[in-house]
Amino acid sequence: MALRTVLKRLGELVLVLLIVSFGTFMLISLMPGDPAVSILGEGHSPAEYAAVRADLGLNDPLFERYLHWLGEALSGNLGTSIVPPYVDVADRIMGALPVSVELAVLGMGMALLFSLPLAMISAHRAGGRLDRLISAGTFGVLSVPSFLAGLLIIMVFANQLGWFPRAEWSRLSEGLGQNLYHAFLPALTIALAETAMFTRVLRNDLIGTLNEDFILAAKAKGMGTMHILFSDALRPSSFSLVTLMGISLGRLIGSTIIVEYLFALPGMGSLIIGAADNGDFVMVQGAVLVIAVIYVVVNALIDISYGYLDPRIRRAHV
Amino acid sequence: MAGTGTLHLRESDQVLSVEELVVEFPAKGGGTVHAVSGISFDVVDGETLGILGESGCGKSSAGRALMQLPPPTAGSVRLQGAELTGTSRRELRGRRAGMQMIFQDPVSSLNPRRRVKDLVAEGPRTRGEKVDEARIREVLTAVGLDPDVVWDRRPHELSGGQCQRVCIARALMLDPELLICDEPVSSLDVSVQAQILNLLEETKRRYRLSMVFIAHDLAVVKNISDRIMVMYLGKVCEIVPSGALKESARHPYTRLLLESVPEAHLPGARDETSISATSAELPSPLDPPSGCRFRTRCPLATDVCASEEPRLRPAGEGHYVACHHADL
Amino acid sequence: MTNAPALLEEQAAASPSGPLLVVDELRTTIHTPRGDLRAVDGVSLTLDRGEMLGIVGESGSGKSVLGRTIMGLHTTGPTTTIQGRVAFDGLDIQQLEPARLRELWGDRIGMVFQDPMTALNPVKKIGVHLTETLRKHRGLSRAEARDRALELLAQVGIPDPRRRIGQFPHEMSGGMRQRVVIAMALANEPDLLIADEPTTALDVTVQRQILDLLDRLQDELGMAVILISHNLGVVAGRADRVAVMYAGRVVETAEAASLFRAPHHPYAEALLDAIPRLELPPHLRLDAIDGAPPNMLRPPPGCRFAPRCRYAQDDCVATMPTLAATPGVPDHRFACFHPVHLDAPEPAAPTADTAGGR
Repeated sequence: MALRTVLKRLGELVLVLLIVSFGTFMLISLMPGDPAVSILGEGHSPAEYAAVRADLGLNDPLFERYLHWLGEALSGNLGTSIVPPYVDVADRIMGALPVSVELAVLGMGMALLFSLPLAMISAHRAGGRLDRLISAGTFGVLSVPSFLAGLLIIMVFANQLGWFPRAEWSRLSEGLGQNLYHAFLPALTIALAETAMFTRVLRNDLIGTLNEDFILAAKAKGMGTMHILFSDALRPSSFSLVTLMGISLGRLIGSTIIVEYLFALPGMGSLIIGAADNGDFVMVQGAVLVIAVIYVVVNALIDISYGYLDPRIRRAHV
Repeated sequence: MAGTGTLHLRESDQVLSVEELVVEFPAKGGGTVHAVSGISFDVVDGETLGILGESGCGKSSAGRALMQLPPPTAGSVRLQGAELTGTSRRELRGRRAGMQMIFQDPVSSLNPRRRVKDLVAEGPRTRGEKVDEARIREVLTAVGLDPDVVWDRRPHELSGGQCQRVCIARALMLDPELLICDEPVSSLDVSVQAQILNLLEETKRRYRLSMVFIAHDLAVVKNISDRIMVMYLGKVCEIVPSGALKESARHPYTRLLLESVPEAHLPGARDETSISATSAELPSPLDPPSGCRFRTRCPLATDVCASEEPRLRPAGEGHYVACHHADL
Repeated sequence: MTNAPALLEEQAAASPSGPLLVVDELRTTIHTPRGDLRAVDGVSLTLDRGEMLGIVGESGSGKSVLGRTIMGLHTTGPTTTIQGRVAFDGLDIQQLEPARLRELWGDRIGMVFQDPMTALNPVKKIGVHLTETLRKHRGLSRAEARDRALELLAQVGIPDPRRRIGQFPHEMSGGMRQRVVIAMALANEPDLLIADEPTTALDVTVQRQILDLLDRLQDELGMAVILISHNLGVVAGRADRVAVMYAGRVVETAEAASLFRAPHHPYAEALLDAIPRLELPPHLRLDAIDGAPPNMLRPPPGCRFAPRCRYAQDDCVATMPTLAATPGVPDHRFACFHPVHLDAPEPAAPTADTAGGR
């Protein structure tokens, strides 16, 4: 029974991935700019451009090109960049992806670490002074654009206090300590806005849960406040949060461009913008596909986690 | 307990006649919920039929199936001789107007944004009829509301009892022949419950209605009904004239219900030795027991109950019982 | 009971060891955006050890808030003000530190809730619900708590406890869940159980099983029970004593048999008359009470029931009647200037009668 559910899920996942990849492929082929111009530069004859286009296979029907590209992609070949220095797209992505993933995961982890206690304090005495303070704070943070927050963080922690470096990246292979040391400030920048969102969402759900009878029942058993918040209230309140985390993780991997720029980090955001600037559609295509796959897989995992969060759902699926 | 058999159906004067009604729907995790499994009953002109049963017995599913909301899986529902099941949507709308329904939770069955005057006029208006104010006032007065006071109110500005009165007024606007009441007083306080029960009796007399009254409270059902149909797990156990319920009911399930009722005016009158069902759980409607569906909780159950479904047999004037062992 | 208030000595003297619970002029006011809601408005009562007190009232009568205030779940804070006193076995509930209160809850005072569908945490297994209270109050080890939880499940009549203990609440029927809620409340054998509408959400056959269970457990454990219900029938057959609440106040209190045989307060009388009765023929017009309970943001002056009362006279609106004893029957107290059924004979041997099957 359970195996069938998993297989069904997997089937759905593959379907979604096919649709997403085709969508990506279509959109990119609609991108303005002629790849042939990107490759040869200005001032060549129409015949020369046409030859390049034919060479790239751009004259084939769209679907045929998609199938070809998909086949290659499945075997791990995302093609070669069409502009100098003609690097392998997969290699380039594998270089940038860990940076982005690490930033996103670290940022989310930090956000979770901050938002759990904040939301609990807020919800425990909803409407109280602390709750209003936290509410105002999260509103404030959400209204500050991330580049401004990033700049402030750099000014305080890197320039004034000198606790952390700016504008450097240290790969994980150079040692975990070094890596975390360099990743801290950018992750913190990302965490700020996420913390605000997580706190607000979790607070609202917690308030709903804390009004439930089973919370009163736990109280009437003499359970302490901490026990009630963590053991009774948190799990039933975390649906929206977990959903939001799934969306955030996908979003963060592809769109931490401002943070990457501020801290001069070689992540996916910079990769895509750079490639799009050069008209390197093969690179953009590959990068977007990888992000889409991660996004879909993460959200499928989130879906499965609902079953863990609420046993009633588990039964409905089986 | 069966409910198979049509011996109890009457010949003439039927406002509503229901034969072999089946309601099934897919369960969430697969399988089929057998909510109502082939029941037959009728309501004659001016009669109130009480449908009595505990949660999960199919009484509400049956009530909704009468209204074709949604249509039953199988069976026939005829109102004034006109078949409702399997008719086209447009025809159904015309035929169904003679049958109106009121529900358990009066507040949530009213659109919270509309005012009383519009709520009451809604039925005829959606049918494209013009509604004059005098008629709305007349019906509001008939249900015991002061039109001048409630005219512009919205549901949340009324009490639960007042909302139920509005629901009754809404139903009356369409000149129904049959009123189906699904637990109409179970969310109301005792003092308000009595008001609504009295109002339903008055309304029935005044507008010459027939009624199907679905509820779980024995005394309430007995008070308002002429005949009572006792349901268990989608089947009919017993059909008994209301006046004879307490003394003459024979089905072990009806007896169990009767003996479970705590009565306020008889303190200390608990009879410890009376029939008591084994505390076994209500079987799942996904996989109801074979034969008599009550047998898993019945103190009288024997082998025949598992193998053979009891049919409704006459047990007196207008009284039918579906049981192998209730001495008839 | 050395620190029982002087004015309650009279009641305290009734029982040799003093009452388990003394509630004195209790007022619970809930501050809402629309004004102060006087949910409980001057309630005094006592409860002996091992006694079952039924509290009857319609929605909004304050019976649930009273139960929770007695337990200390409502305390004076930004949204609530509490006046008066609740003394549980000599402890002033309102003066206790939160930590001391939590030691009482689930240990010496247990609570059963109305809806077993919502009173259990949907993400926790049945076993955890039971073991966490055992481990907190008794300091049992994991294994000991599990053994005791199995015992408890068997005690409340749940078949196959070994299987049930690993199940989630949604895998059980309403009746079974209510048994779990009761097991949870009784885990540490409390002196007082507050059961707030314990059978309202249940079917009538299951209701009877649960009430029988509460009866049996009360005997076995010798605990006192406050049974709160809107259903007069539920209370009538089970409680030793009954208090009828209307609009935040107790309007009548007596031995169950005495009250149901001859209610003196017009509200109690009307409430009894409004219920359809099984032994009467169908289609009888019910004696409904006109109107609706008062808005407790602005309760009427004088007797709260006066606007709906068929016996009301000028004095009812002018002054609020207080609880006074029936002549010759000190246990039967009512708050009314124009009582009914005063000449009705009191039951000959009320104590033997109310004891019911016990």
